[in-house]
Amino acid sequence: MLKVDKEIVSFSINPGGYAKGGTSLENKTGGWRSFRPVLNKEKCVNCMICWLNCPDDSIVVKDGQMLGFDYDYCKGCSLCSNVCPTKAISMVPEV
Amino acid sequence: MSDGVVSKVSVVRKALTGAQAAAEVMRQVEPDVVAAYPITPQTPIVQEFAQFVADGLVNTEMIQVESEHSALSAVVGAAMSGARAMTATSSQGLALMWEVVAIASSMRLPIVMNIVNRAISAPLNIHCDHSDAMAIRDLGWIMLFSENPQEVYHNNIVAFRIGEHPDVFLPVAVNQDGFITSHCVEAVDVFEDSFVKNFVGEYKAPYNILDFDNPISAGEWAMPSHYFEFRVDMKKAMDRSVGVIEKVFEEFYKETGVKMDFFEAYKTEDAEIVFVVMNSTAGTIRYVVDKLREKGKKVGVIKVRVYRPFVVEKFLELIPSAKFIAVMDRALSIGTTGSPLYQDITSGLFANKRIVLVNDYIYGLGGRDFTDDDAYEMYEHAEYSLKEGISGQIVYVGLNPNLLGR
Repeated sequence: MLKVDKEIVSFSINPGGYAKGGTSLENKTGGWRSFRPVLNKEKCVNCMICWLNCPDDSIVVKDGQMLGFDYDYCKGCSLCSNVCPTKAISMVPEV
Repeated sequence: MSDGVVSKVSVVRKALTGAQAAAEVMRQVEPDVVAAYPITPQTPIVQEFAQFVADGLVNTEMIQVESEHSALSAVVGAAMSGARAMTATSSQGLALMWEVVAIASSMRLPIVMNIVNRAISAPLNIHCDHSDAMAIRDLGWIMLFSENPQEVYHNNIVAFRIGEHPDVFLPVAVNQDGFITSHCVEAVDVFEDSFVKNFVGEYKAPYNILDFDNPISAGEWAMPSHYFEFRVDMKKAMDRSVGVIEKVFEEFYKETGVKMDFFEAYKTEDAEIVFVVMNSTAGTIRYVVDKLREKGKKVGVIKVRVYRPFVVEKFLELIPSAKFIAVMDRALSIGTTGSPLYQDITSGLFANKRIVLVNDYIYGLGGRDFTDDDAYEMYEHAEYSLKEGISGQIVYVGLNPNLLGR
C-alpha cells in the first residue's frame, strides 16, 4: 500500500477541517517568504504602527519596545516596511 | 406497508402535496434556522413553512435572503454555529448554490435540503426532470428520492438521523418531482408530532464556532499536504453512511411499520427485464409491470430511493435473473456514454464482473409527459434489444423527431 509521508502530514484532520484555537502555530509558514523585513533599531521610534498593521502576529514586542520579527511566521508581505513612518524597516531578498 | 409490524405511533391521514409534506416535517422537527429564496416549484415548501413561523407554531429563525447562494450560505453559517438548519430549492436555484453545496458537505455540516426537481435552463422550463439534482451528485451529499408525498414525508424524517449521525456528518438532499409530486395532493399518513421530535432527537452539531469556551476556527485553507485527506475523509464518511442508513431504516420500520430501502424492488426476483427508475415515474412502471406480468412477461422494476450513497452491490442482489436492464434517466449527460443512473449501474455491473445488457432510456426532460403507453413502447424496445443482443443504446422516449433539425 502507498504510504503517507509522516513528515508532511504531521497531525490528523477533524471532520470538515475545523481546528482548535492556536493550532496554526504548528504550521510554520515563514518558508513562504521571498523578502524578509530587517529592522534598523536606530531609526525605530516604537510607534507600534507595524505591530498594528501586521496581518499575521509576527512583530515581536516586549515592554513597549519593538524588538524585531518572528521569522517562523512572517511571510514577507512588506506591509510593516510600507507603513513605517521613519523607514526603519527594509525588505531584503531571501537567498 | 405494515408487513406484520404494528405501528405504535398514532397517525393522522392528511391531504397534502409533496411540498406540504416537506413543510409538515419541518414544522414537526422545528429546525433552528431556515433560510430560503423562492423558486418554482420549490416555493410552496418554504411558503407553507413561513406560514407556520408566522402563526407561531414553530420557533424557527427564518432568514429571507436575496438569492439561493445566500440562502445556503446563511444555512452553512448557522450550521457552523451549532444550529440545525434547513433550506429548499430547485433547478436554477440549486445551480446558483452549487459553490456552497460543495462547501456544506466538505465542511461536514448535516444540513437537510429539499430539492424539488426541475429542468435547468436554457430554454427556461419550470417542469420536472432530474438535471438539477444530478449536477450535485458527486459533491458528498446524501441523496434520497421520493416517489410521492408520503415518501417525501418519510425521507425528510430519516434525513436528519442519517446526516446528523456522528459517523456521517454529511448534508442530505431530499428530492421530489417538480409539480408531479410537489403540487399534487395525495393522502399522507402524518405521525404525531412527539414521535417525529423523539425519533429525530436533539441536534448535536459536529462543531460550533460560537462556543467561546472551546474556540475553534472552521473553513480554513488546506495546502496540498492536507487537502487530499479531507476529500478522502468525506468519502469515508459517505461509505460509513451505508451502515447508518441501514440502522435508521430498521429503527424506522420497528417504530412505524414503514419499510424503506436503498433500492425498492418490485417483482424482480425472476425478472429477465428490469426497469430502473427514480421518483414519481416508479408508480407508472409498477402498473405497467403488472399489466405485462398478466401477459406472462418476466419483468420487474427497481426504484432508487437512496441515490447517494449508490450501493450497487445491494442493487445486484435484487436482480438475480436479470438479462437486460432498462435504465430510465430523467436527465441527459451530454458528451459521454450514458446518463447518470446508467453510468452508476453499468460501472457497478462491470466492477462486479456481472455481464447484463443495458440500455439507457432518456425520458421526461423538461416535464415531457411519460405515460403507460410510453412504458409499453419502452418494454418492447427492451425485449427486442434482449433478443438481438443490443446493449449500450441511448434511447429517447417520447421524443418528437419532427422538432429536431439535423
